[in-house]
Amino acid sequence: MWSIFQKEIAVFLNSLIAYLVILVFLTFIGIFMWILPESSILDYGYAEMDTLFSYGPLAFLMLIPAITMRSFAEERKDGTIELLLTKPISDWSLILGKYFSACTLTAFALVPTLLYYISVYQLGKPIGNIDSAAVFTSYIGLFLLGCVFTSVGVFASSISNNQIVSFILALLVCYLLYNGFNHLASLDLWDGSAVSLLPLGLDYQYNALSKGVVDSRNIFYFMSVISSMLISTKLVLGSRKW
Amino acid sequence: MSVLVTDLVKLYGSQRAVDGITFSAAKGQITGFLGPNGAGKSTTMKIATCFIPPTSGSIDICGYNIENSPIEVRRMIGYLPEHNPLYLDMYVKEYLQFTGGMYGMKGNVLTNRINEMIDLCGLQVEQYKKIGALSKGYRQRTGLAQALLHDPMVLILDEPTTGLDPNQILEIRKVIKTIAEDKTVIFSTHIMQEVQALCDQVIIINKGKIVADKSISDIRNLNAASKVIRLEFTEEVHIEHFISFDFVSDTRKVSGNVYELVVTTQDDTRPVIFKECAEKGWTLIEMKVEEQSLESIFRELTSKN
Repeated sequence: MWSIFQKEIAVFLNSLIAYLVILVFLTFIGIFMWILPESSILDYGYAEMDTLFSYGPLAFLMLIPAITMRSFAEERKDGTIELLLTKPISDWSLILGKYFSACTLTAFALVPTLLYYISVYQLGKPIGNIDSAAVFTSYIGLFLLGCVFTSVGVFASSISNNQIVSFILALLVCYLLYNGFNHLASLDLWDGSAVSLLPLGLDYQYNALSKGVVDSRNIFYFMSVISSMLISTKLVLGSRKW
Repeated sequence: MSVLVTDLVKLYGSQRAVDGITFSAAKGQITGFLGPNGAGKSTTMKIATCFIPPTSGSIDICGYNIENSPIEVRRMIGYLPEHNPLYLDMYVKEYLQFTGGMYGMKGNVLTNRINEMIDLCGLQVEQYKKIGALSKGYRQRTGLAQALLHDPMVLILDEPTTGLDPNQILEIRKVIKTIAEDKTVIFSTHIMQEVQALCDQVIIINKGKIVADKSISDIRNLNAASKVIRLEFTEEVHIEHFISFDFVSDTRKVSGNVYELVVTTQDDTRPVIFKECAEKGWTLIEMKVEEQSLESIFRELTSKN
């Protein structure tokens, strides 16, 4: 797993994917946080990080499928999957190596936003007047959200050898997971039971984490989506044996 | 036996890609896997390397079964797939480093081994380049270096010389010959001369079935068993006349005044033929003995049904 992980990270770094992703993410968030008047902290007047945590998922929605679309699709297209699958490594170490490398890249995109936190912390009056616990758990939530998107992306990449198909599929599934249940609940079909649909969506679980409390149910939700995506990937990889 | 294939069958839908193949290959031997395109060569190799499973039958590599202990089997095998897939964005050394890592090699052992392989495969000049910048011959060497890196017991090479120029083919063959001394090498090809130049054992397969499994000396004897003599006259002749000679098994007209006799004796029959022609008053202007090559044996065996 370690050698796959290293190789994937090297590919990200050598092919400029990593720099591009981090740059785009920071620029996107930075513009919303500091420049555009509707969402800028400077105009808003409250020492909060909400802009990061409400626009972050949107940025991830676009960027993560772009990171993961090549992971298996490219190997299949180039035939290098045959090299990997005839080496003495298990399917799991291949999948996890690829998965964790993409998660690491996501984490690296988040790290520089700590500067934003420090800035907001300093801007508060009195200094440090910010709900640090909520920021901390929101970070956990955003990272876990990224990990879920990554698992969806890796899965989407495993079922096609066309990267564009993988990208669009990942985008679609991520969006449906994130917001689909909200849309579904808004339909006039449920006789008042629509509220019980909401916890199925990522958005609900993500917002629950931003309140400053880490609830094991939320974590469990994220973990189960990630595992089911990775298990599906394993099944797809194993399907060559059917 | 380090490679033991028993009753191997692979179905793709209703198509029998591999249809009950049984053979073995011993240590220190080079086995040539010969057959027309689509005969099932690559499929057999993909099964042996645990890339795809067989429909039925089994393969044992150095005592490990492909279905019970695939990881051990893969550790034993060095594999160069058909079309030699490579990571074009990687540097040669980086790629070998990555491959070694997957075999659990690291540190100085890996570095030394990589340098040895670069020397063995003649990659010294190109070792600091990206694989994408290499010519086809050097890419093939990189693929070979990758397959040899962990010093495997069994080497499976799927058409290692396809698309190379004659010099490169010779060099790749030299490498295969050098490393084969203490390994089992199975390689597929459809170039007959290659088999004659390299192999100890030849397996010819057609439509998923083995049509010949012989040592190279048996094949040579098969060669010697019959010869074709090509005759050219200035005028049309009744070549059927020669069938009355007991060493002539067949006569045929090739084109115009060119004829062929199939001769089934080791002795030189040319003087007899010449005298006979003179006696008949036929003006013989050319006579040439053509050894029946492996190529014609191959054609004969694989064009049936």
